[in-house]
Amino acid sequence: MSENLSYSAKSEVANLIKRRTRLERLKIALSKAPISAWFGMIVLFIYFFAAIFAPFIAPHGEAEIFPVAYAPWGDGHIFGTDQIGRDIFSRIIYAARNTIGICLLATFIALGIGTVFGIIAALDRRYLDQLLSRIVDTLMAIPVMIFTFILLSVFGPTNFNLIVILGILESTRFFRISRSVAVGQVVLEYVEVARLRGENLSYIIFREILPNIASPLIIEFGLRFIFIIFTISSLSFLGIGIQPPSADWASMVRENAILIQYAQYDITAGLTPLIPAAAIALLCVSINFVVDWYLYITSGLKDDVK
Amino acid sequence: MLRLSLGLVTVFAFSVIIFSTFSFLPGDFATEILGQSATKSAVKALRAELGLDKPPVTRYFDWLGNVFQGDFGSSFSGRSKVQGDQGDRSREVVGLIVPRLKNTLFLTGVAAMLAIPLSLILGISAALYRNSYYDRSATGVSLVTVSSPEFFTAYIFILLLATLFPVFPTISNVDEASTLAERFYRTALPVFTLTLITMGHMMRMTRSAIINILSSEYIEMAKLSGASRYEVIVKHALPNAWAPISQVIAINLAYMLIGSVVVEYVFNYQGIGRLMVGSVYNRDLPVVQACALIFASTYVILNLIADLIGIISNPRLLYPK
Repeated sequence: MSENLSYSAKSEVANLIKRRTRLERLKIALSKAPISAWFGMIVLFIYFFAAIFAPFIAPHGEAEIFPVAYAPWGDGHIFGTDQIGRDIFSRIIYAARNTIGICLLATFIALGIGTVFGIIAALDRRYLDQLLSRIVDTLMAIPVMIFTFILLSVFGPTNFNLIVILGILESTRFFRISRSVAVGQVVLEYVEVARLRGENLSYIIFREILPNIASPLIIEFGLRFIFIIFTISSLSFLGIGIQPPSADWASMVRENAILIQYAQYDITAGLTPLIPAAAIALLCVSINFVVDWYLYITSGLKDDVK
Repeated sequence: MLRLSLGLVTVFAFSVIIFSTFSFLPGDFATEILGQSATKSAVKALRAELGLDKPPVTRYFDWLGNVFQGDFGSSFSGRSKVQGDQGDRSREVVGLIVPRLKNTLFLTGVAAMLAIPLSLILGISAALYRNSYYDRSATGVSLVTVSSPEFFTAYIFILLLATLFPVFPTISNVDEASTLAERFYRTALPVFTLTLITMGHMMRMTRSAIINILSSEYIEMAKLSGASRYEVIVKHALPNAWAPISQVIAINLAYMLIGSVVVEYVFNYQGIGRLMVGSVYNRDLPVVQACALIFASTYVILNLIADLIGIISNPRLLYPK
């Protein structure tokens, strides 16, 4: 009883400003999330689930060939079969794994290279900064797709080359953004202190600066991921991206494009090549929604300007 | 001026990169063309013919000099594999490129003429009636078009306008003999596709540029001084909006140029993008190089124009600090 009677402002304030754990903050943010962000997150979850558990979900194998080519919808094959009799539904699920996997790898490579060099350039601010910045300016002035074309025609279009080439070309954007944000950070006291403590370069980059510039990088990561999906899809669609027999959405569109001609007889045939294309579009819309939401909560941006 | 020279340096650097792809090629051009079973003397003769026996720097400047004179060399495909066969069927790269470049310019030109006014009107009106249902649906639709790959849009058009309701042809094959009306008819679907994919970007960017301007103080002042809605927009907002809008247009033209590669492939349109894709398949490097150089320099020039417009329309930037 006596505790209740003696009022202490200090203890009440202490209660109020109790630091929330990450999970609690996440819960609060999620409960405020707009419906578009929820939509985006659910779709992304389904995509990643399909990508990870593809062999368990897909009714048939990735390259398993059935006797009937261009089979209609239903009848054992939900979306029919393709030009050499592979189950389209299964291939769409496997394609989630290939397309998302390859694009994620390329984006991570780009993030890694770009960020490390960007922070180094910001820390250096002398010849190295000038040199790296000029190289990046030149690379950025050339359309990525055309550049990739040339490099792929020289080195040969393998999945490995694709990942490395796009990873390097796209790292320029991460370089730009991490450098410009880090330039504002390196002059702050905490970096100075870390330097005086005698910490080495990698500690300063990864433990001191990186956590402080993470949120613009995460946003850029989302946008670049979309861009890389687009580039790789365009390349695959043209036949020089992800190589067969790996299933991927864009090459499935190309392989089944002929079915569109029969749309007036059977509407489902006309829709078949559009399903994988729609899968790409849906993925990109969802990422956009989530990135928009993240941008909103990290910057406190008002809806007015968006 | 500085910006101009930077652009030149970029194109120059890219030409070096393009050229050096020659030397990255596994093996040698001569063996590549003649095949594995070629005799040593045949390889040597071809190397001399292609000038491969000279040092790389000399070759680079030879090549660059020729490019300036409009000579991109001759295509690999069609080159005779039989030694001593003088009936060389290899074609000059320029002869391949010029008609296709015209086709591509026609396609992107028509699409641009359609896309620019439409997206400006949509963008400005969406900005004016901000947060209305009209604005929300316009931005929503534009988000979908921005997020769909070019071929998705293209095939939806084919499905709707070519197979279900056969209004336009799916394959846009034009040649020298086609009349203008015929060209418009045959390129209708690729033009629609290109228009739609760039319109989303342009509309969104115009909308945010206008909203930025409308939220500034002098517009508030103009409103308070009793100017009508029309006056505020035409007299006060637009003059300051031209800079961002023209930048948006230039950037999107560059984007449209790259998008035309995929669109030309879908509709089998004989443009430069189609040529480039075909040459990448055949590893026909001289053609790929020429196309890439054209694409890259157009892209750089368009971006340069965007920058220049930005500088000219804002007098404060003319005098750097």
